[in-house]
Amino acid sequence: MDADALTARVETGPDRATILIDGRIDRDGDAALAAAYAEVAAAGATAIRLDFTAVGYINSTGIALIVRLLTEARRDGRTVEAVGLSDHYREIFRITRLSDFMTILEEANA
Amino acid sequence: MAFIKSLRRSTGVTPSPAATTVASRPDAAGAAVGPAATATRQGPSIEISPSDALHAYLQAASGVVEVDKLELDSPALTEIRAAGVKIIVPLVTQGELIGALYLGPRLSDQDYSSDDRRLLNTLAAQAAPAIRVAQLVREQAIEIQAHERLDQELRLATLIQQQFLPHSLPDLAEWQVAAYYGPARAVGGDFYDFIELTDGRIGIVVGDVTDKGVPAALIMARTHSILRSEAPRLVSPGAVLARANELLCAEMPANMFVTCLYAVLEPEAGRFTFANAGHNLPYVRNGESVTELRATGMPLGLMPGMVYDETTATIGAGESLLLYSDGLVEAHDPNGEMYGFPRLQQRFGVDLAGSELIDRLLDDLRDFTGPHWEQEDDLTLVTLRRSGASGSFADAPADAPPPRAAGRVLLELAVPGAIGNERMAMDRVAEAVASVGLAPARLERLKTAVSEAAMNAIEYGSEGRPEIPVLITVTVSDEALRVRISDHGLGGPIPDPGTSEVPDLEAKLAGLQKPRGWGIFLIGQMVDQVAVEPGPDGLQTAVLTMDLTGGD
Repeated sequence: MDADALTARVETGPDRATILIDGRIDRDGDAALAAAYAEVAAAGATAIRLDFTAVGYINSTGIALIVRLLTEARRDGRTVEAVGLSDHYREIFRITRLSDFMTILEEANA
Repeated sequence: MAFIKSLRRSTGVTPSPAATTVASRPDAAGAAVGPAATATRQGPSIEISPSDALHAYLQAASGVVEVDKLELDSPALTEIRAAGVKIIVPLVTQGELIGALYLGPRLSDQDYSSDDRRLLNTLAAQAAPAIRVAQLVREQAIEIQAHERLDQELRLATLIQQQFLPHSLPDLAEWQVAAYYGPARAVGGDFYDFIELTDGRIGIVVGDVTDKGVPAALIMARTHSILRSEAPRLVSPGAVLARANELLCAEMPANMFVTCLYAVLEPEAGRFTFANAGHNLPYVRNGESVTELRATGMPLGLMPGMVYDETTATIGAGESLLLYSDGLVEAHDPNGEMYGFPRLQQRFGVDLAGSELIDRLLDDLRDFTGPHWEQEDDLTLVTLRRSGASGSFADAPADAPPPRAAGRVLLELAVPGAIGNERMAMDRVAEAVASVGLAPARLERLKTAVSEAAMNAIEYGSEGRPEIPVLITVTVSDEALRVRISDHGLGGPIPDPGTSEVPDLEAKLAGLQKPRGWGIFLIGQMVDQVAVEPGPDGLQTAVLTMDLTGGD
């Protein structure tokens, strides 16, 4: 019914896990993102990459989810970086200062 | 159930006062059908629910059942025993238990003989199908009654509707006037009216009540009487609609509102001044060119304190006006294609007037929908043509009105106050401003701001209640693009982005603040200007402005 709802898939590498986010990031994505972080934590990765390539919409409730994930990662001693953000959301990450606490990469294969 | 009475007489089995019958066949909805009134006079009526063990037992029984020999955990059986029933004769037809005869002890106090039972079984086998037929006839009768009630309601709605449609058209020198009203089967709530004003002026009303049937007809009647009493007193179309809105807001049932166009025509001067409460915009034809006249305003009865713009056009000799309801433009062809505004605009560009024009438009509609079309909604057309040579451009200011200080309206939208609809609001605004040509980055910013402001309005202003709408208006002038997002303020005032605290990300990351609280801050960052305007009755509006003079 909601084709645009968020799904999050985790790919784990030797020390980095990538969360591939697909859909819109808003309050409806709460459970999916929390589950993805739990999976990353269970895999024991020390670095997390958030891949936003397939994300078309982030609102303030979605920013809150990203803040929560970042909070948990910092608490657990994991670094977070972001790839695939559109220019617009890159600007929003700058305005909200999220980019001060996570590395924003230009390309998905950076 | 007369069958059962005669059956008793003919068998010679005299039922005790306790004997009765009960129909236990579940009806279509699954509930047990109650016993027939004629039978219940003779004793208590006991229903056997389809879930009762006795129901299954009787349905499977091969003949009469002796109550004393039954051992079942069955509430109905307990009742039956208490009523003194000795024998149950199941009435089964086509494998279905459709009723049962309850017989008390014989008056002679002797047990029922095997002959008695055989006779009862034979009679039950014959009676059961007959009773089933009677039940079906009764069910059919009830269904017919329900249909008749519905038909009656529709007739009543039609009657109310027609009561308030004008019985004659105004007779105006130099003007040819025609009107058409075609109700849909469900009666959709359309109406039109002509109201005589002083100095030879004439008020023209075309409206549509959301909803159908009697409730819509009653609101239509109320709107009609309000306009009839206020129009001669106030005259100015904007004031008339504002007054009607105030009165209707006080009494409008939930989820209903009225779209309405009210115009004042000065026949001699050809001056046509109108205000519009969310209704379809009128068309003016000059030669082959058809233009749309614009005026903005929210539908009547949604929220108090609304203001209705007025627009004036001069209708020159040979020019025509067309006012119409949704029924025409929203009709569908067999492929689901909608008739639509462009087609109406084009079809109106023929050199016809009065009833000839209306006939032509209705013919075209029939061509479009095909012969098997069932009219989906009421259909109303009102057309006026000023006599004289066609195509004179000398006094033809019947164009779009000059730009107003408030700007040209690109969108008026009422969004149900349900969480998630902020994205719909964002998409609709984005579509509406496409023609403005904002730079892509600025369009993205506006979209984010609209989404956030609409989400606030839905979440707090409407408290997430779909029946409480959030109203969105988009206007553009040479200087600025403005999106106004109005809510009912149920959850308190809109915070002013200018004075709101900047969210502290460090504090949030340290767990000292909640992760949320970005919306108002984002709105302030995304657009060039944000203002919050209070309105009457708790209504409040966030005004988002994008400057158009800056060069990007």
